[in-house]
Amino acid sequence: MAGLATTFGSGAMTNSINEIENAEVILVSGSNTTEAHPQVARRMLAAVDRGARLIVIDPRRTRLAEYSHLHLALRPGTDIPLLNAMMRVLLDEGLADDLFIEMRTENFLALRDMLNRLDLTETAELTGVPLPLINQAAQLYGRARKAVICYCLGVTQHVCGTENVQTIANLAMLAGHIEKEDTGVDPLRGQNNVQGACDMGALPNMLPSYQAVANQDYREKFERTWGTRLPEAPGRTLVEMTHGGAQGSIRGMYIMGENPMLSDPTLKKVEETIRGLDFLAVSDIFLTETAQLAQVVFPAACFAEKSGTFTNSERRVQMVRQAVAPPGECRADSEIIMALSGRLGYAMKYDSSAEVMEEIALLSPIYGGMHHDRLDQSWGLQWPCWDRGHAGTPFLHKYYFTRGRGHFMPSNHTEPGELPDREYPLLLMTGRIYHHYHTGTMTRKSERLNRECDHAVLQINPEDAKALGLRQGETVRLLSRRGEITLAASITDQVATGMVYTAFHFREAPINLLTNDAFDVGSGCPEYKVCAVRVAKMMSS
Amino acid sequence: MHDVLTTCVYCGCGCGLYLHVEDGQVCGSQPSRHHPVSRDNLCVKGWHIHESVTHPDRLTTPLIRKNGTLTPATWEEALDFTAQQLGRIRDQHTGKAIGVLTSAKCTNEENYLLQKFARTALNTNNVDHCARL
Ligand code: SF4
Repeated sequence: MAGLATTFGSGAMTNSINEIENAEVILVSGSNTTEAHPQVARRMLAAVDRGARLIVIDPRRTRLAEYSHLHLALRPGTDIPLLNAMMRVLLDEGLADDLFIEMRTENFLALRDMLNRLDLTETAELTGVPLPLINQAAQLYGRARKAVICYCLGVTQHVCGTENVQTIANLAMLAGHIEKEDTGVDPLRGQNNVQGACDMGALPNMLPSYQAVANQDYREKFERTWGTRLPEAPGRTLVEMTHGGAQGSIRGMYIMGENPMLSDPTLKKVEETIRGLDFLAVSDIFLTETAQLAQVVFPAACFAEKSGTFTNSERRVQMVRQAVAPPGECRADSEIIMALSGRLGYAMKYDSSAEVMEEIALLSPIYGGMHHDRLDQSWGLQWPCWDRGHAGTPFLHKYYFTRGRGHFMPSNHTEPGELPDREYPLLLMTGRIYHHYHTGTMTRKSERLNRECDHAVLQINPEDAKALGLRQGETVRLLSRRGEITLAASITDQVATGMVYTAFHFREAPINLLTNDAFDVGSGCPEYKVCAVRVAKMMSS
Repeated sequence: MHDVLTTCVYCGCGCGLYLHVEDGQVCGSQPSRHHPVSRDNLCVKGWHIHESVTHPDRLTTPLIRKNGTLTPATWEEALDFTAQQLGRIRDQHTGKAIGVLTSAKCTNEENYLLQKFARTALNTNNVDHCARL
């Protein structure tokens, strides 16, 4: 979440999930919330029941869009011009929060100049959303007393993902919709502990609690506690590590509970890279596609067989408690790591996960007051939680932004890395569905979840289907410049003409064989949402 | 039968739920009534969370590739071999030649330990996870 970090100083949900229920206006962008974050969607719908207005920005008519008051069905990849147009309306209508801008932000003039140069009619045309609709949405958002913006991977998985997020932050700051209860900007995290993994410094450029590797003072602090010298230069990102090819600079890998062979863009390159390694060890609960290529596989304990903490989307650190013993010879990942570390000449010894958390609290200011005994006796605590006496923080940026002043970062439209053309005339978007989770390593093992939905479908508009002569449910070939898969066609007006959509949970139809590996320079996020494809009947070429 | 209060692993909402345990096996789940997020409600993934825990395909022994196929091995063998291989790469090519992926599905404590392991024992900052996917 590099985008929010540069504007606000902190890349997490500014509110709590329950606050969404009290908002007057909810703007949802690029999030299929009912499927990916059911509880957040529940709060949104509860708010709507109580009279809140819901604005959905999504190329598809998602279930949430059906409940919305305004659905802005933009052309994929045009989030920035759409939001810029909304901001221009706010300026023109005198809805900018001048006092907030003056007191709490910087670089406003750059944004204002950019917006004033904008041709509204042209911009609206670019996005495919009628100008009156943009106008209405902007006024609704601008006039509300309490307004939240929720966004998800639909916003970040573009070449311009970082700019997309910064533009969302610009909009919120322009309207002064931040720093208050029930008001803010809320990135919804994909996996259950993405927030925690980031907080813990599972990042090439950050030590725990977002303390930059490049900063000597931070490094020295960790060196003193850990009793060893640390490498100075920031490391490589996941995409850089897994796309080096057979002769890449990475010779050995250790992978804990991840399955890049299914979740990464451009699978062929990942497979080439992984097969080209001298050594790969994987620890997981199932023999995933990635584990099948390893030299060593460790059987890991799952969440029900160990204790520790997860951090949810609203920064709530909460307990995971052991319910049963691990099956067979499975061991918790913490045990495996300690055993390896000792063998490699760096002894680690912790008797419990509580003891690990003590060290985390010591070194990570935002987790300073997180101790298992406190977490165990509550519903968890939301960071920042500075010390034992601190009650946690339900909403961020009260009185001041984490970075001091909120920083406006104006950006212009960037074309997606690949656009449809004569040969590949359709735009492919990918996403997730309600019944499965990420690469399906876990959910696909559930019989009942599989019964609900056990195959990948390609959503296609009736007009496009007709032009190709497709029938409902027919198996089709889906081709891009990088590969080809087959899957069943689902004809629906949820997608507009010229667009197709599918989910990435299914190993039988590994969609990432097709996707583009152009990625966002700011965050290293691959562009999953947009690539050019062609649909063909099974018999033809 | 007894219940253990824990946190759901299937999305970033982080619902609180009870796992039903019978004869040392997780056999069902139920939402926590007072948990601030779940408030007596789970989605379909949370209700079926136990099915992946008890699935027969779970890995139960360490595996080492021998003559091209993954074969069961002891923990000692698997740990020794891994440490020896990673140690060799670190010493021959420096830590820059090693990559470590942690997991957004594992706990904070495990993520902390693995990045610490990467930065200390393996001497590399090449550590990342699927945050962006
Ligand atoms: S029960 Fe459903 S909504 Fe709640 S955390 Fe689990 S997957 Fe998310």
